[in-house]
Amino acid sequence: MKVHVDMNLCQSHGECVAVAPDIFQLGDDDLLVWQEDVPDDRRADMQEAANACPMMAIRLED
Amino acid sequence: MRRLVIVGASLGGLRAAQSARTAGHDGGIVMVGRESHLPYTRPPLSKELLKGTQEIEDSALAVGELDVEWRLGVPATALDRERRRVHLADGTDVPYDRLIIATGCRARPWTGPGATLAGVHTLRDLEDAVALREALRSSGRLLIVGAGFIGCEVAASARELGLDVTLVDIAAHPLLPFGPELGERWAAMHRDHGVDLRLGVGIAALVGRDGRVSRAELTDGTTIEADAVLLALGSVLNTDWLAGSGLELNPGVVCDATLTTVADPDILAAGDVAAVPLALAAGAPTRVEHWTTAAEHGQLAGRNALLDPADRSAHTTPPYFWSDQYDAKIQALGCPALAERIELLEQTPEGDRWVAACVAGERMLGIVGVNAARRLPWYRRQLTSPPPLAQVRDELAADPKRLGAPAEASA
Repeated sequence: MKVHVDMNLCQSHGECVAVAPDIFQLGDDDLLVWQEDVPDDRRADMQEAANACPMMAIRLED
Repeated sequence: MRRLVIVGASLGGLRAAQSARTAGHDGGIVMVGRESHLPYTRPPLSKELLKGTQEIEDSALAVGELDVEWRLGVPATALDRERRRVHLADGTDVPYDRLIIATGCRARPWTGPGATLAGVHTLRDLEDAVALREALRSSGRLLIVGAGFIGCEVAASARELGLDVTLVDIAAHPLLPFGPELGERWAAMHRDHGVDLRLGVGIAALVGRDGRVSRAELTDGTTIEADAVLLALGSVLNTDWLAGSGLELNPGVVCDATLTTVADPDILAAGDVAAVPLALAAGAPTRVEHWTTAAEHGQLAGRNALLDPADRSAHTTPPYFWSDQYDAKIQALGCPALAERIELLEQTPEGDRWVAACVAGERMLGIVGVNAARRLPWYRRQLTSPPPLAQVRDELAADPKRLGAPAEASA
């Protein structure tokens, strides 16, 4: 699956980092960096990360 | 379990319905909402929506194909636990097998002289934000009463829109939950951006002309001219409808860590109304009015409601919230309001990015940071229970990614 983050919306709250620190990280400039291709067995995690985002910036694609 | 009823159709209620479906609930779900809208997100109401950088439609939370029966625009009026029914304002009632209470808060009203004049606003719901946005577009001078988070965010939004802003609070500092030590920083931030900040003074009366507010009289005898007034005096719980239900309602709907009410295993609570034992508060039932807590509670309550009480899991995530004011992203973890003192832990040499510990005794109960987002995951790991401050300082000293040692010994 693919993980998309709308960087126009992302405000670096780090909620996704708390859910899945191996997929999402905050860089030195406070901007989010993330792994776009994620194995399908992480779907529940990714959905939780998307739900946790206060800016609704995370979108999942099959 | 056949029928799950969720009272409160905002973020917490929506996440509860979604997670109940995800967890396999194939019975009915009824969502009861005081407001006539489908669920929307509130944080932009004091910021992007007011400034016009976000439209009303963009505030909607994604509902998708969620299979629920919506009862919107109909507040719940009573709970009859014996007959397992929720009574609604339209005279109907809704039977439940399990119930989730997620009715949140409303703006604290002010009933002083002039409170009902046109041009006097509160800010909680979407309609409030739309009305305030219209007022900001047609006003030159805004008076905000209350320098909490809503008051300070609206002050920043209104200054960015070019209005003259007076911000009044009876307290000696803005953002009181962060304590007096940081108060000077917040006050300076608003004054540097041109806000006329009046502290230690309250509002005595609002005075109108032709039914519209035109000025405010303050408790120190001074007068403020204003075209619009925002009363940002905090919030009160929407738990009136639970009076007489037998649920424990002080300091909110009292729950165990699994969000199950202590009085009734078939009733759970989520979000602002839920008083849940919090490790950072020595296990005391604590209400947390943050966006992320409502989302997390809802998600957990929806799942737990399907299970027998013994199989339900606990909420353990430390509270997190943020506030955007001008170019400052303020972020907080844990329970700053319970702290006895504040100690600056790290700061850039320029002083524009920093993190401070909120401390009680020798333990850290939370942190406040400004423009330090990348440091938060580190502190989040520290704050599952209150760590000794000395240990945090030791580990911080060894962390190459810290912002820098603060120049002075304290904030």
